[in-house]
Amino acid sequence: MDEFASLSRRGLIGAGLGLGAGLLLPDSVLAASKPRRGGHIRVASLSSSTADTLDPAKGALSTDYVRHYMVYSGLTQMGGDLIARPALAERIVSDDQTVWHVRLRKGVTFHDGASLTAQDVVWSLLRHKDPAVGSKLATIAEQFAEVKAAGKQDVVIRLTGPNADLPAILAQSHFLILRAGTRDFRTANGTGPYMVTQFRPGVRTLVRRNPNYWKPGKAWLDEIELIGIPDEVSRVNALLSGDVQLVIAVNPRSAKRVMASRGHGLLETPSSLYTNLIMRQDQLPTGNPHFVAAMKYLTDRPLIKRALYRGYATIANDQPIPPFHPYYRADLPQTSLDLDKARWHLQRAGLTGVRLPVYASPAADGSVDMASILQEYGSRVGLNLAVNRVPADGYWSTHWMKHPLGFGNTNPRPTADLLFSLFYKSDAAWNESGWKNPRFDRLLLEARGEADQGRRKQLYGEMQGLVRAHCGVGIPVFISLIDGYDRRLKGLRPVSLGGLMGYQFAEHVWWEG
Amino acid sequence: MAGAATFSGMKAALILIGKRFASSLLTLLLVSMTIFVIAQLLPGDAAQEALGQSATAEQVAALRHEMGLDRPAPVRYASWLSGMVSGDPGQSLVANMPVAEVISSRLPNSLLLAALTALIAVPAALAIGIGSAMNRGGRIDRALNITTLSMVAVPEFLVATIAVLLFSVELRWLPSIALVSDEMSWGEYLRGVAMPILTLSVVVIAQMARMTRAAVIDQMDRPYVEMAVLKGVAPVQVVLKHIMPNAIAPIVNAMALSLSYLLGGAVIVETIFNYPGLASLMVNAVTSRDMPLLQACAMIFCAAYLILMLIADVTAILANPRLRAQ
Repeated sequence: MDEFASLSRRGLIGAGLGLGAGLLLPDSVLAASKPRRGGHIRVASLSSSTADTLDPAKGALSTDYVRHYMVYSGLTQMGGDLIARPALAERIVSDDQTVWHVRLRKGVTFHDGASLTAQDVVWSLLRHKDPAVGSKLATIAEQFAEVKAAGKQDVVIRLTGPNADLPAILAQSHFLILRAGTRDFRTANGTGPYMVTQFRPGVRTLVRRNPNYWKPGKAWLDEIELIGIPDEVSRVNALLSGDVQLVIAVNPRSAKRVMASRGHGLLETPSSLYTNLIMRQDQLPTGNPHFVAAMKYLTDRPLIKRALYRGYATIANDQPIPPFHPYYRADLPQTSLDLDKARWHLQRAGLTGVRLPVYASPAADGSVDMASILQEYGSRVGLNLAVNRVPADGYWSTHWMKHPLGFGNTNPRPTADLLFSLFYKSDAAWNESGWKNPRFDRLLLEARGEADQGRRKQLYGEMQGLVRAHCGVGIPVFISLIDGYDRRLKGLRPVSLGGLMGYQFAEHVWWEG
Repeated sequence: MAGAATFSGMKAALILIGKRFASSLLTLLLVSMTIFVIAQLLPGDAAQEALGQSATAEQVAALRHEMGLDRPAPVRYASWLSGMVSGDPGQSLVANMPVAEVISSRLPNSLLLAALTALIAVPAALAIGIGSAMNRGGRIDRALNITTLSMVAVPEFLVATIAVLLFSVELRWLPSIALVSDEMSWGEYLRGVAMPILTLSVVVIAQMARMTRAAVIDQMDRPYVEMAVLKGVAPVQVVLKHIMPNAIAPIVNAMALSLSYLLGGAVIVETIFNYPGLASLMVNAVTSRDMPLLQACAMIFCAAYLILMLIADVTAILANPRLRAQ
C-alpha cells in the first residue's frame, strides 16, 4: 500500500516504463522456470455459444474476454497490482484529467501487416458511441466528448469531465484496438500476441503465435485452442483426464479433486466479485435503517465463507472495495454476527414477527444458500423470512432490484470509480438498493478528477464508510475465482480482475512439457 | 398373387406417404406457431439477452430495431414463415450469420452421432429382445431383463459421468470431451465420440430391447405360433418367418421413437461431452432468445420425428402380408 502511494501516476504512465512494465512477472517467478517457446494447449472456458464474438465491443462473457485479449491489444494494460500501464500507447498523459494526450508506440503492426496509426485508435474508440454497434460499454464511452488524431502517432481524447481513471478504463477488453473500418468479425485483425486461424462460434477458437507481436520475445506458446465447457463437472474431468490444460471457474467443491491429482494445480484469485443482499430503500419495511442494520448483524460471514465457498472467499464488510485493493480502507470496524444487536434493531424497527419474502436465484451465485442462512438466524430473533427461489433464466430482467428484499451479483470492475458510479451513485441505473446520499455523490465526482493518489485514497475511504453505514446493500464475502491448470503450464499468477490472469493469460504463459 | 399383393401394398404405402406428407406440413406449421407463441412468453428478448444486465433502454431500443424486433409479433412470424416457404430460414439474431450456415455446421455432427449410435443400438436391441423372448422365463431372459431394466432406470447423466470417471480420468483410454474438427481422421473421430455413443446406446438399447421382447412374446401366445411349433418348425424359423412379420410394427414404432430421441434428446450427452450438436444449439437459441435459429431447430426435430414415424408405418405395412393386402 505504501509502495503504491509513493509512486505517482505520472511517473508510472510516463515514457520509459513501457516495455519493462510489459514484462509483468516478478523475477522470482521467472527464476523458477525460464519461459520457452513452443507448445500447444487447449483451454476450457465457462461458456461457448452462437453468441461468441470477435468484436471486442460485444464481449459479454469470460470466453469472449479471453479471445479478445489473445488477438487484440489495448492502449493500456492492467497488471496484478491493478495499475494500468501503457501498452499500444507509449505514454498517456493529462494535466487536467480531461484532455488526454496519447502517443502511440512506433512499429506496431496488425496481423495483416498494416501499421497501427492514430486513425485506428480514433475509430476503435468512437465506434462505442454508435448504438448500432451494441457496445457493452456505450455508457462509459459517452464520456469521450472528442477523440481525434493529432498526427500519425498521436491521439487526443477530450472527456466530458475530469477522470483520472482513463488509463484503467482503456485497459478493458471492450476498448481493445481494431483496424479502422473493420466490420466483418468472422475473423480478427488485431495487434495482439496471437492470430486467429479458426473461429467457430459455439465450438472453438484456434489461434497461433503472432511472430510480429510488439512485445519482444512474447508470446511463448505456438498454438492455443479455446473451447467452452459449460458443465463444471465435465470441465474438471477434462482437465484431470488431460484433454485440456487450463480451465476457468473450478467450483470450490471440486477443489479437493484437482488438488489430489499430482499433475494439476489450482490458481486462487481473490477478486472483488460478490453476491449481495439488496434491501430497497424506497420501499418498506426494507427502507428502515434499523431493518438494514439488523440484516447486516444477521449475516454469518465466516459460515458463508466456509460452507458456501470452502474457504475460497474473503470476508467482506458491506462495502464493495476488497482488502487487496489499493484504495481499501482498513480502519472500518468489521460487522459480524450479533443476534442481540439484530434483535434490538428489529424491535426498534417494529418488525418483530413480520413475515417477509426474500428473492434468491442461482443467477446470483450462492444467493439461495445465503437466503437460507439468513432465514435460519432470522427465525432466532423473531424475523420470519420466506425464501422465494426463482429460476436463473430472466432473473436480471424480471426480479433483480424489483423486490424489497432480493439478491444481486456484481463482477469485478477495473476501477473503484466504475464500481461506485455503476452501483452506488444516487442516480445510477443499477443503484441496487436505491439509496441516495448527496455526500457520496460529491465525493465520487471529486475523486474522479483527483490526480493525487493519497487524496484519492482518502476520498474513496470515506465513500466506503458511507456505503457500509448507510447503503441498503449487504456484502457478506468476496468470492475468490479458482482456475485449474496442468502443472507443466508455467507463468500463471492471479490478477484480481478475473480468472485466467484477468483473462490475459495467453501472452504470459509457457509450456514446459 | 404375391405380386398383386405387393402392388396393392405399394399403393397403400404411397397413399399413406401422400396423406402423411400433407398432414406433416400442417403439423410443422402448428408446431412453429406454438413455439413462436411460447417463445414470446419468455421474459426478455434477443436484444436484452445480447446486451445483458448492463444495457440501457436506448441501447436495447437501438438493437431491437437493428434485429427487427420492434415490429409486432404477427408481422415477424409472417415474415419468418414466408422466408421459410421460399427456403430461407433467415438470419440468426445472435451469431450474425445465416441460420442455414449455423445449422449446417452442427447438423452433420448430430446426424453422424445418431447414425453411429443406431448402427450399434438397433442390432444389439433386436438380438437382446428376441434372445430373451425365446428364452422366456429362462436364466438368460431373467439376466437380460434385469440388465435392461437397470439400464432404463439409470439416468444417462449418471452413465456418462461414471463412464468419464472410469475411461478418461482413471484409465485415460478415451477423451472426456468429444472434440470434433475438420482436420480429424475417422479414427480420431471415432475415439472422440466413443463415449457419447456408449452413453446414448445404453439408454436406447434398453428401451428398444424391452419393446422388442414384449412384442415378440405377445405374438408367441397366438394360436398360429402354436400351429407352427406343432408342425415342427425350428424355433429360430418360427421367430423369423412367423412371428417377426407380425411383431415388426410395434418394434419399428418403438425404434423410431428411440431414434428420434437420439437427435433431439441428446442434449444431456451433448452437454456432458461438449459435443457440438443440434440439441445444444437449440438450448443456446432458447437462452439467447434467437427466434429464427430456435424455429429452424424445432422444424428439423419435428420433421425428423415425422419422417421416422412415417418410415415406421410404411415398414409395418410392407412387412405384414395382411396389411399389405388391404
